[in-house]
Amino acid sequence: MNDALGEPQAILVFGGTSEIALATVRAFPRERLRRVILAARPSAGRDAAVAALTADGIAGVCAVDFQAQATSEHGALVDAIFDAGDIDVTLLAFGVLGDQLAEEASPDLAVEVATTNYTGALSVGLHVAQRLRSQGHGTLVVFSSVAGDRARRSNYIYGSTKAGLDAFGQGLGDALHGTGAKVLVVRPGFVRTKMTAGMAEAPLSVDPEAVGELVVKALRKGRETVYAPGPLRFLMAGLKTLPRPVFRKLPR
Amino acid sequence: MTQELSLQQGEQLLTGWGRTAPSLAQVVPCTSTAEVQEAVRTAGPRGVLVRGLGRSYGDAAQSGGARVLDLQSINSIDYDAEAGLVTAGAGASLDAVMRTIVPLGAFVPVTPGTRMITVGGAIGADVHGKNHHVDGTFGAHVRQLSLVDGNGELRELNPDDSTSAQFWTTIGGMGLTGAMTSACFDVIPIETSRMSVDTKRVDDLEEVMAHMVTGDSRYRYTVAWIDTVSASGRGIITSGDHASLDQLSDKQRSTALAFAPKALASAPNLFPPGLLNKLTVKAFNEAWFRRAPLDRADEIQSIGAFFHPLDGVQNWNRVYGPGGFLQYQFVVPDSASELVRVALDRLRGISAPSFLTVLKRFGEANPAPLSFPKTGWTLAADVPAGLPGLGTVLDELDDLVADAGGRLYLAKDSRQSPQMFARTYPRLGEWQKIRDELDPRGVFTSDLARRLSI
Ligand SMILES: Cc1cc2nc3c(=O)[nH]c(=O)nc-3n(C[C@H](O)[C@H](O)[C@H](O)COP(=O)(O)OP(=O)(O)OC[C@H]3O[C@@H](n4cnc5c(N)ncnc54)[C@H](O)[C@@H]3O)c2cc1C
Ligand SMILES: NC(=O)c1ccc[n+]([C@@H]2O[C@H](COP(=O)([O-])OP(=O)(O)OC[C@H]3O[C@@H](n4cnc5c(N)ncnc54)[C@H](OP(=O)(O)O)[C@@H]3O)[C@@H](O)[C@H]2O)c1
Repeated sequence: MNDALGEPQAILVFGGTSEIALATVRAFPRERLRRVILAARPSAGRDAAVAALTADGIAGVCAVDFQAQATSEHGALVDAIFDAGDIDVTLLAFGVLGDQLAEEASPDLAVEVATTNYTGALSVGLHVAQRLRSQGHGTLVVFSSVAGDRARRSNYIYGSTKAGLDAFGQGLGDALHGTGAKVLVVRPGFVRTKMTAGMAEAPLSVDPEAVGELVVKALRKGRETVYAPGPLRFLMAGLKTLPRPVFRKLPR
Repeated sequence: MTQELSLQQGEQLLTGWGRTAPSLAQVVPCTSTAEVQEAVRTAGPRGVLVRGLGRSYGDAAQSGGARVLDLQSINSIDYDAEAGLVTAGAGASLDAVMRTIVPLGAFVPVTPGTRMITVGGAIGADVHGKNHHVDGTFGAHVRQLSLVDGNGELRELNPDDSTSAQFWTTIGGMGLTGAMTSACFDVIPIETSRMSVDTKRVDDLEEVMAHMVTGDSRYRYTVAWIDTVSASGRGIITSGDHASLDQLSDKQRSTALAFAPKALASAPNLFPPGLLNKLTVKAFNEAWFRRAPLDRADEIQSIGAFFHPLDGVQNWNRVYGPGGFLQYQFVVPDSASELVRVALDRLRGISAPSFLTVLKRFGEANPAPLSFPKTGWTLAADVPAGLPGLGTVLDELDDLVADAGGRLYLAKDSRQSPQMFARTYPRLGEWQKIRDELDPRGVFTSDLARRLSI
């Protein structure tokens, strides 16, 4: 249960090795945390994440196996986690950026990206929503992206999965309105993580820690959407009004 | 176990008086003991809980996803003047009890700072009043209570026979042992519905405390208001007793036992969030302090003015804005009386705008394992939940309180850690054993119980 200061006791992360998600977990006050579940594919990175959070003095960190594309398994997984205790905050943080040119050439690859980023998130999101609804409280945090705000030549396949996910998150939030269960849609810009390693930085680039802090603040205020960093809201609003011929010619 | 996602009929978002951390529940009005039994027997996996008038500040009277029983229609009030006993439905409010018995020359054994609580809530939280040093808690005056246990069976519990362990487990048990449907408790005989009140304005905290140590025994009721803005910790001590007939003027004597208080005004739904800030609270506290006479004896006041000044403004809890607030209330033994000043200093250190800070001395504890009061000092301060730095300061104070052998009041708590709770209520294990007998399936639960692993 969240306490009066909005501090959660139990956090569930889908995409348990995501750098943004781990930074978000760390941005919560540690004193009240007693259960942090990292749902991810088994890997050395996952073991390291459990060890690192534990070393930071966070109590009750554990890992469970999760494959975004195995949608038929999501229901049982979510139920097992919630049956063991209420979850205050659930982060949907898995995703792949993909390789746009390769995907254009081999549509099967594009389907993979869509299955992970959209279908997988839709599936987990709905299972979690059911459980938040029956426990009567809790927030689902959906990591969308500014890439979903307006499709760009360079990453419209990834962008389209995020556009779908973003619409899903907003609609789910409205469906749950007034039930104690909530959805926060997060739209990061360029965040320096392994996902963007080696890429040229875009304007308003930030570190995962900055995103984590914004997410925690937005949760405390009960916000429904948040850009990370905040000023991206205005940049994106401007970009969305650009005529197609101009937008098409923008670099990157 | 699938579920419609959008809000369904009968579901309500519930919070405590502090308006923090809401959760959704199925609110079920019950009009008879049989309905309560049925509601308990058919409770789903998220369990069941009784909510009184929701005057607990935190998450004691809410339970996400559960069935929350509203017993306000189980509100009969029978007064046996000869025996000096009231038998009331657990959903009856103390306000209604007073309206019934005061005109007949009787007063409730204990009243908190508001009358807008139920008999069930008074026993569930084992509430205390300004007379704790003389009369103890509300629970100490209960002769018998009816409880629907976790199996839906009706039990009669009282402090004197083989049911006494279950009785004391239910007193202060925060609704976790079952649903009380009625209770019988004793009353204080009164000649008038007025209070004879002495007021003293004192310039610093140490002096306030010294006055209370020496003066408390002379009064049945006493409490001090502390100005949290001033570094001195100056305060106003009000003490009193029920006025006798000969203390009233002729005019007052003609309505000696009249009792019909009105709720004055409703605080508007949307206060501007910044209304309660350092400056307004400072101004309020200054005015409040100056308003009190330096030293006045035997002033005649109404019951409402003396005990329940805030009941005159409905929904005053909205003044703290949408972020809500909490009340930090601890007790520490006399050996740690300096913690009162430490707490006030720390709260002032983060500019906590608190205008309802109350200090009182407790008498001895009763046998209930989870009852809050025990001998020493209790301080209660309201603070807005969104105040920067609040979490850290309160966690530090928690440690000091625990180290000193003190603890926090569950009816006010909305943020302590499970470790703090278990450490400061050492009889928890003993309490849990009897609770498990009363509720073997664990159907009675609340957000508070989940948060603190009770
Ligand atoms: C302005 C103000 C001043 C206050 N001053 C004081 C004070 O001076 N001293 C003090 O001790 N407290 C004080 N309180 C706190 C208040 O007295 C308690 O929280 C009290 O329990 C509230 O009663 P309620 O009917 O609103 O119960 P709720 O807050 O609805 O419930 C309180 C607890 O009792 C349980 N409960 C209620 N009814 C039943 C039942 N029928 N069967 C089983 N369990 C039940 C609930 O499950 C819950 O755990 C104050 C509160 C306010 C708002
Ligand atoms: N970084 C950015 O600039 C940026 C910008 C906007 C939005 N975002 C979004 O923010 C979220 C987190 O990003 P990040 O930067 O923290 O990325 P990251 O560190 O690369 O983490 C991505 C996570 O997704 C998991 N994942 C990928 N495919 C999966 C699958 N099939 N099944 C289960 N898990 C899978 C990865 O798990 P493995 O360890 O098993 O691979 C990893 O935990 C993503 O949704 C991303 O799209 C990022």
